[in-house]
Parts: sequence; structure tokens; C-alpha cells
Amino acid sequence: MTTTSDTAPAARAVRAGARTGAARADASRTGADLAVLLLRLGDDALVLGQRLCQWITRAPTIEEDLALSNIALDLVGHARTLLTLSGRLDGTGRTEDDLAFTRQDREFTNALLTELPNGDFAATVARQLAYTHYASLYYEALAGCADPDLAGFGARAAKEVAFHRRHADDWTLRLGLGTPESTRRMRAGLERVWPYTAELFDEDDVVRRLAAAGTVPSPAPLRPLWERRVGEVVARAGLTVPAPRWQARGGRVGLHTEEFGPLVAELQSVHRQFPGGTW
Amino acid sequence: MSAGQTTAGAPPAAEDELLAHFEALVASGETVEPRDWMPDGYRRMLLRQIAQHAHSEIIGMQPEGAWLTRAPSLHRKSVLIAKVQDEAGHGLYLYSAAETLGADRADLLDALHRGQQRFAATFNHPALTWADTGAIAWLTDGAAVINQAPLCRTSYGPYARAMRRVCQEEAFHVRQGYDLMRALCEGTPEQRRMAQDAVDRWWLPAVALMFGPPDTEAGGADARTAALGAAVSRRAIAWGIKHHTNDELRQRFVDQCVPQAERLGLTLPDPAIRWNEERGHYDFTPVDWETYRDALGDDTHWARQRVAHRRAAHEDGAWVREAAAAYAAREDAGVPPAGTGAAGIAADRTEAAA
Repeated sequence: MTTTSDTAPAARAVRAGARTGAARADASRTGADLAVLLLRLGDDALVLGQRLCQWITRAPTIEEDLALSNIALDLVGHARTLLTLSGRLDGTGRTEDDLAFTRQDREFTNALLTELPNGDFAATVARQLAYTHYASLYYEALAGCADPDLAGFGARAAKEVAFHRRHADDWTLRLGLGTPESTRRMRAGLERVWPYTAELFDEDDVVRRLAAAGTVPSPAPLRPLWERRVGEVVARAGLTVPAPRWQARGGRVGLHTEEFGPLVAELQSVHRQFPGGTW
Repeated sequence: MSAGQTTAGAPPAAEDELLAHFEALVASGETVEPRDWMPDGYRRMLLRQIAQHAHSEIIGMQPEGAWLTRAPSLHRKSVLIAKVQDEAGHGLYLYSAAETLGADRADLLDALHRGQQRFAATFNHPALTWADTGAIAWLTDGAAVINQAPLCRTSYGPYARAMRRVCQEEAFHVRQGYDLMRALCEGTPEQRRMAQDAVDRWWLPAVALMFGPPDTEAGGADARTAALGAAVSRRAIAWGIKHHTNDELRQRFVDQCVPQAERLGLTLPDPAIRWNEERGHYDFTPVDWETYRDALGDDTHWARQRVAHRRAAHEDGAWVREAAAAYAAREDAGVPPAGTGAAGIAADRTEAAA
């Protein structure tokens, strides 16, 4: 997955803007902004992949052990590309592993949705439904970026996420229409995760500057389409989209849930036990 | 199913002819296929072996699966996820092969969960450190490949075909395990110590348990175990299920690992290992099968733990499987999905109730 060319977006941006001091400053800010954005996306994929790893050997069927590990593998692949790109752009030269295994909890910028504990299978399906429809739309948007690294990643990842989305859609239908118990659990799963969905589409200065510069589109305008698509699946499953009274936020600025600390501790435990280790 | 039922109804004379035909088929090297007549003993031996193999793949996901969330690099995490995923896939191929013999996957899983069917006792050892994932892949999977390579030519067609796919992937896992160990051996002194410790704990289980009890005189001191093992192996070889004795394969494994361990700079925990010029093989301490009676028992901490983990996953997932079955039945009955509006949902509920 880490097939990115040496001509990273920041380097090109810097070259393009090298004529004047002001242009240079803009270019370097764009590079820094892009590093922040890619780190967010990379953390989303890494943390959700970590959660799905917790399912493996515990799934309801062997087929699901296989499907969930397949999805986790793709997500870790996305994280590797995104973290590598981010590390090149932020001026620190950190590798994918530096970013995954040596940052503090507060330095992770994933959306809170991705770190929610797995809960039962229905809660996991609900989380997958929300994430995969979002990632699918956003990666398709990335595929249209001028930057070839980003566009290439977006196109590849969108194809993979389309399968994950199909998996989530299918299970939403099966559980929604299956038995009274599965219907009840699927409804509860949707209720559980829905307050964490708005954050995926949030705009802040970083996103707005990148969108204004035409570097990366904002996810905010994708929200109505996301709502329509997710709403269609939920309706076909005989359920209704929850209308939460509150929306959780904070992941993008490193304010996480209490359950996040143990997730990071587990992720980093071996790496940190062997300072200077090579793997 | 068909072949087994045919046997029951066949008069003795016809059965003799069938048996002669079956033995000629095996001797010719052609594969036995599900529709062919086969002796009950052959069917039972195969089913037992395939089920045990399938269960071993599924249970074998656990010791490594426990390290998925802790893999120390994203590259290693990807490799390990892919490996555990492959094991789930192998389990599925093998359960499918067992189903061609008239077994049902749900019944086989029940037998595993009730402790009525076994899995490789190697996995009744704990994976205590990250290096264990490397040692398991290098040694346990290495032993599995040696065991399983001849099974690609086993007499039962569906099993042989499943094994060809399994072996390709297993060989890849062994290389990845060796590579993981190499990275540790080239790392810090602490990483090296972790690697040696893992090999100290996984070597004997691989040598002993992955190949089964001694089945030749060369296999060890326990003459009765060896005699029984030899009888079973003779039967399996005559039917073309196996091609080699356990002890031949065990020797092949030792011969393969000793030079690899030397290249890694790791010590295999057996002081008797040395090259025997006369035999053209490495000598090693014969397997003392008695040592493994405990590990082989169903009632050790880890045997309970592995089965309990499986059973918990199965029981926790019961409602999901029921939902999937209910949904599939509904699809088969042609009930349309719920509409996008309230009316559609109401109509749908009515149909579901009817």
C-alpha cells in the first residue's frame, strides 16, 4: 500500500510557490495542513482496524472471522499509506511506525466513532455502516484531487471500501429483518453510534484552507448524500435513522473517550517494551 | 452420504467386489471421489483426520490472534492479520472437504465445542510473547508443511485439492515466520532473548505434537505406543491417505530446522542434536511420548481455554446466525425488502408476521 512517489505533495507545493516569499509560506502551510488532514484519516483507519482486530477469533461464524480480518487488513493498509504521507509532509520525517507506535494518546486525531468499543455484532455493524459510507464518499472525492499520490490512494481505497460498505449494508439488512432479537439489537446499535457520526463531516480551519486552495475537498458537503445513502439502507432494513439529541466531538483535536487509552496502550505495548527495537 | 448408504445395503459378495475395485483405484494412484464407493474404515479415518485438521486451523487462530492488536509494526500487523485470515480460510476449505464425506460443519463444530473431536495439541501451549508468533509460524507451520505436503497427493480427491491450496499459503507463512525471527535476532539483545525464549518453548511441541506419536522403532522408547502408531500408519499408508510414517516426517523436519536455526544464531533446545554422517541425518532426542500425555489431555488449563474461547464466540454469535438464517428464509420466500417509507415498513411487517 505504501506505493507513493518521492515527489510528495508538499515538495511540489513548495517548488510551485518558490518564486515569492508569500507563495512559499502558503505552500508550506498547505503542506502542513495536508499532513494534519492525512493524519486524521490515517488514524481513523488505524484505530478502526485495531477495533476490528479485536473481533478476530470471536466472530459469529468463521466466514465473519475471515471477512472482518479482510476489512481490518485493508484498513491497516490505508493507515500505512496515509501515515507515511503525513510523516513526509509534516517536516518531522516520522515513519508510519513512528506515528502509530510512539505518539501519546492525545496526539491521535481519529474521529471518536472509530474508537467506540465493539459492543455486540450489531453495534459493530452500525459503526461499519456509518464509517464505510463516509469513507467511500470521501475517498471517491480524494480520487479527484490534482495530487497524483492522493488521487491514486483515493481511487484504490474507494474500491476496497466499496466491499466493506456492501458487507455493512448486507448485515444491516440481515439483522434489521432477521429475528425480533436481531432487530432490537440492530436498532440499539444504530442508537449507540449515531451521536458519533457528525464529527466525520466537521470542518475546521485546516479543512477550510485545504478546500479553498483546491488541494483536498471538505467532507462537509458530502453529508447530505451520506445521510440519503445510509438512510436508504436503514429503511430497507425496516429501521429508522436515529435522531440523536447530542453529537460527540473532540477526536480531531485529541480529546478522546476513556476507552481510547487502553486501545493505544495495547497497540503500542510491544513496540514500547523494546526501545530501539527493529521489527 | 451416498457411498456410505450403499455400503449398508450391499450384499457381502458385492462388497468384496467393491473393495477390490476401491483398492485397485487407490493402487493406480487415481483419486477417490465423493461418489465412489469406499470402505467405512477409510471414510472414518479420513473424516477424523480432516475434522482434526480443520479444528486445528480454527483453534490455531487463537494463540496468534491474541497478538494482532499488539504487533510492533504496521507491516508485521498486516502480515499477521493476513495469516490468521488464511487460517480461517483453511478451516473453511477443510470443513467443506469433510462435508463431501457426509459430515455437517455445524455437527463438527459441536463435536469440537463438546470436546469430542480433537485439534493439534500444539495449540494447548500459550503464546506468551510477540516472538511466539514468529516461532509458531517458523516451527509449527514449518512442521505442518512437511506433514501436509504429501497430503496434496492423498488418495481422497477433495482433501488433496484442499491441501494444495493450504500448502501454498502455509509455505508462505513459514517464510514470514523465519523473517520475523531473523528481524528479532538482528535486533537488540532483549529482542534476541525473546526470540530464543520462544524457540525454547515451541521446539519440542513442534517436534513431538505436530507429527503425532512415534510409529517406528526409531521413534522412541515407548514400544507399545510405537507399535500402535505403526499399525495405524500402515493402514493409512495402504489406503493412500498417508505416504510416510510420522517418524520419517519428524526427521525431515529436524533436518530442515537445524541449519535454519544456525543461520539465525538460535539454539534448538535439544543437546542431542548433531549431524550423523552415517545416517545422513541429524540425530535428536527421541520423543518421549509420556511427557506429552499431559499436554494431549483434554483437561489442561490451555485445552479448556482454547475450547472455551471457541464456544464463547459460537454462543455469543448464535443470535447473529439465527438472524442470517431467518433473513435467508425470508429472501427465499420472496418477501421484498422493507420500503423506504413508513407504509413500506408497515406492509413489510405484516408480511413477516403472516
